[in-house]
Amino acid sequence: MSEIIKVGMADLKTCVSPDGITTLGLGSCVGIALRDPVTKIGGLAHIMLPDSSAIRNSQQNIAKFADTGIEELVRQMVALGANRTRIVAKIAGGATMFKFEGSTNSTMQVGQRNSEAVKAKLGKMKIQLLAEDIGKNYGRTVVFYPENGEFHIKAVGRSESVI
Amino acid sequence: MSELSLESVTENYYDVLKELGNIGAGNAMTALSQMLQCKVDMRVPQVKLLDFKDVGTLMGGEEQIMLGVFLAIEGDITGSMMFLIEKKSAKHLINRLMMGMAQEGEEFSEMEFSAMKEVGNIITGAYLNSLSMMTNLKIYPSPPAVTVDMAGAILSVPAIEFGIYGDKILLIQSQFFDDEEIDGYFILVPDLQSYAKILSSLGLPV
Repeated sequence: MSEIIKVGMADLKTCVSPDGITTLGLGSCVGIALRDPVTKIGGLAHIMLPDSSAIRNSQQNIAKFADTGIEELVRQMVALGANRTRIVAKIAGGATMFKFEGSTNSTMQVGQRNSEAVKAKLGKMKIQLLAEDIGKNYGRTVVFYPENGEFHIKAVGRSESVI
Repeated sequence: MSELSLESVTENYYDVLKELGNIGAGNAMTALSQMLQCKVDMRVPQVKLLDFKDVGTLMGGEEQIMLGVFLAIEGDITGSMMFLIEKKSAKHLINRLMMGMAQEGEEFSEMEFSAMKEVGNIITGAYLNSLSMMTNLKIYPSPPAVTVDMAGAILSVPAIEFGIYGDKILLIQSQFFDDEEIDGYFILVPDLQSYAKILSSLGLPV
């Protein structure tokens, strides 16, 4: 019987087919689903912030940041037997939940900065980004299946999409 | 100004913050009940220190669909204030406010959003005014923004703010309800530095 593993905010977990992996209510955070298509080992990270180096206190949860979160997820997948060079990615989230007229407040654009940081990190690590559903102004719940690489995205008032 | 460490938050601080929440939400409830011309009650406020992964459990799970009115706070303290109400409750509230003219069905019209913004404005204004009077700090709310979405996605906005400083979020939550239909929450989330300012303005050592 397969299970669906749950990942919280600022959290990451690995998952092996036939299990699936999910995270609920992604707002400005970004969900990064990684997969080795041969071993069908996958993983999901739910990051909140773009960059760990901009933060003073380094003794923090590394799953919180785009850069350290992706590195750690890859490390855990490789430890399970995934091949580093075969890993591919799909991402979702990075919304702007509240829009203020004329506001350039940096917190309000954190969704966009998160998505950019995730893409930059994937590029740097030479992980191919296969698909994305990012930005806009609504929250997303995602479920990822390492079996076939399907990334299911649900949002309020919209029909479920698969990327 | 020293920074408050979340690890050193004592029972005493919790009690003070709870009392602030009590007075603030009390004023907000008075404003709301005047507007709706009915009685609105509230529960004892809670001060919560949560791991980010538990934020979604605050109000019935990450996927609970809520209408949220969000205001950024500026002035002597910074942070955010949120007014969250379950979708069905929001419809009832609008209906009462608009004398039974709310649109049927699940969706919200522009006018209804606008009405909720105004409700959010008035009641969070009452909350923040009392907070400002007690602490002698200047507190200016931004214009409100409104959305209908999953609780987890809405709450990620203040959580991210806390993520910059640590791995937990500290917030003051008050729940309000009327006899039958309305059930919602106020959440005040001052930034970490602002907690220190609030507590020291009340004469507590930080």
